[in-house]
Order: sequence, then C-alpha cells, then structure tokens
Amino acid sequence: MVDPRMSIIGERLAKIGRVVAISSGKGGVGKSMVASTLALALVRDGFRVGLFDADFTGPSTHIILGIAQDVQPKEDRGLVPAEVEGLSYMSLVYFIGDKPAPLRGVDVSNALIELLSVTQWGRLDFLIIDMPPGIGDAVLDLVRLVRKIEFLIITTPSLLAFEVVKKQAALLGELKMPLIGVLENMKRDNASVIEEQTKKLGLKYLGAVSFDLKVEAAIGNPAKLLGTALGETMGTIEKALAEKREF
Amino acid sequence: MHEWALAESILVSAQQIAEQEHLVIVSEVTIRVGELQQVEPPILRFALKQMRQGLLEGAKFRILKAKSTMKCRVCGATWHYNAKKLDKDTAEAIHFVPEVVHSYIKCPKCGSPDFEIVGGRGVWLEDIKGVKHSG
Repeated sequence: MVDPRMSIIGERLAKIGRVVAISSGKGGVGKSMVASTLALALVRDGFRVGLFDADFTGPSTHIILGIAQDVQPKEDRGLVPAEVEGLSYMSLVYFIGDKPAPLRGVDVSNALIELLSVTQWGRLDFLIIDMPPGIGDAVLDLVRLVRKIEFLIITTPSLLAFEVVKKQAALLGELKMPLIGVLENMKRDNASVIEEQTKKLGLKYLGAVSFDLKVEAAIGNPAKLLGTALGETMGTIEKALAEKREF
Repeated sequence: MHEWALAESILVSAQQIAEQEHLVIVSEVTIRVGELQQVEPPILRFALKQMRQGLLEGAKFRILKAKSTMKCRVCGATWHYNAKKLDKDTAEAIHFVPEVVHSYIKCPKCGSPDFEIVGGRGVWLEDIKGVKHSG
C-alpha cells in the first residue's frame, strides 16, 4: 500500500521561491506574531506571499490577522487558500473553527501531509510557515517533505528559551538545514548575552525586537502591527532573507 | 473538487511506481478509499480518467472502499465512523482533513477525543498491474 499524497507535495510547492519556517524550540516566544508580521511586511514590499499556520493544536495567526470566521479556501482541484490582507492564507482553523484539535504526533503528520498535498498555492515569492513549538513531528515532517525549507529561529532574552534554541539549532545543523538566523524577541534591556551566545554557536544574530505593549494592542489589526517595534524590525529580516546564501 | 487533487496525486504516484517496476503499460490500478474521507468514487474515477496520461493512458481504475474504524486510547472501545450522523459542514471538514475528526467526534463509550484512526482514513494505492519491459 502506497500513500499517493507524498508524490504530489513537491509539485504543489514547485512555484514557490522560498519557504521560510518561523520556528522555536520554546513556546510563547512570538513565532506567530513574527510570522504574521513578516508575511504582511513582504506583501507591503510587493512580494507574492503565502502564510501557512502549521501550529495545528494552537493556531493563532488567524486572530493576529483578524480573519473573519466565514473566510474559507476555494475548492478548485484541491484547496486554493483564501486571500487575506494580500496574502494567501491556509490554516487548520478553516476546518475546526474555534474547537480544540487534540492531535497526537501521527495525526499531526497526517494533517500536515494532507494540507501540503491538496493546497494549490500557485506562484509565490515566499511561503511563510508558522511552526508549532518544539522540535518534534512538524519540524521533522517539514524537513522531510519540503526540500527547500529554511528556518528562522525566534528566542526571547530568557536563557530558558535560548537553551532550547541551542538544541533546535544543533538538530537543524545535523539535518543540514539552512538556518537564516536567530531573532531575539521581546527584549527589555541592553543585555547582549543572547547576541554573544548566538554568534558563539556560529549562527547569524538577526537583531532584537524591543518589548512593545503596542504589539498586543495590534492583534487583529494588521495595519497597526506594521507600526509596532516588531513591524519596524521586519526590514532587518527582509534584508537577511535577501542576502545571497549557500545551500 | 478535492477528488481532483487526490486523483492527481494517485496518477503521479502510480506513474512513478510503474517506472520503478519497468512497466511499459499499466493495465489496472487498484485504489483503496477510506470511509472517513468520504471520497466520491464516481468523481474520483472521472478525474482519474480525465487526467491519465503516459503509461497510464489505457489503465482501468478499481476503487475499493475501506471501513473506518476508531479505537479509543483511554477505554479501548472500537467503533465505525458514520458520516450520516454528522451535519454537512462537519462532514465536509473531515472530507478535507480527516484528522479534524478529533475535534468533532468522541468515544461513544467514555467520551474521550483521544482515539486512534485504526483503518479507513484516506486514499491508498493498493496495486498496479501492467506489462513489463521484455528486454
């Protein structure tokens, strides 16, 4: 018995220039906020962008973007993502609404494979993936299924978050996955410990986002989000994405 | 039409297998369709026939059904999935991503959403028959 879905995923992603996974070993560091804001900034700057919320058990990009509950993908030889704020948006939320999705690892893998095999993204410059926390099934599956995936790691200034980031970076290194760099989010002081430790690991330090109360207030309001400290940092990320890299 | 996306993946996969097996003609492709995904066999067959090409140009498609069985991880109860008991929107959500069944259905014995989809989940390529290259 062969699962035919695996054979089509490469074709579904063939017209996408870059696939960037916004990831962190630790939860609560702002992955979804960064993923959503980066996607919006790329749209603002004229790129064709897709945003895929791969955090099936804790999806939140639809709340950040203020997506109405009646927004749905279109059926056309698969699923064509709905266009929201100028970007192509896909999430499990279309199918579960506000219900919890109590999924074990094998179910996460199956749902991920299903969505990757039926979603018709079309031509995109960037597909931004909001990853679930951790280095488990979703990370391993995407590494296996999406050959051109690159990772951007988010940490907070907390050493607790950074300790897990170190493990994630080591894993991605072992898997020979391209790593764009590490972004320090919600920084409250001038300490340089995360920057120093990131560089010590041989990774690119992408910069710091100051803790900004306006970010929470901008949830559900994409235009406001780009005007926060987080939004203002996206130029740095875009610059890092534009740098020529060896794969 | 979700069936068209599934048909496309079946054809790409069948073509790859046929090439690996050094087949010059594929005569029959057997597909197993799980009840959980509620794929419509006539639509799937139509899509397969419309899109077939290359080694699969003359292939017949056998579409078999597989009963969907769930097993509760908490109390061990097993049961069969029945889409007729669900409203249209829920059935459609499960049609697109079968795993969301965990958001809508609970174990009929203990009420837990922690169950395993033991069988009849999605679409599987079960067998390919054809003529092998003689050389």
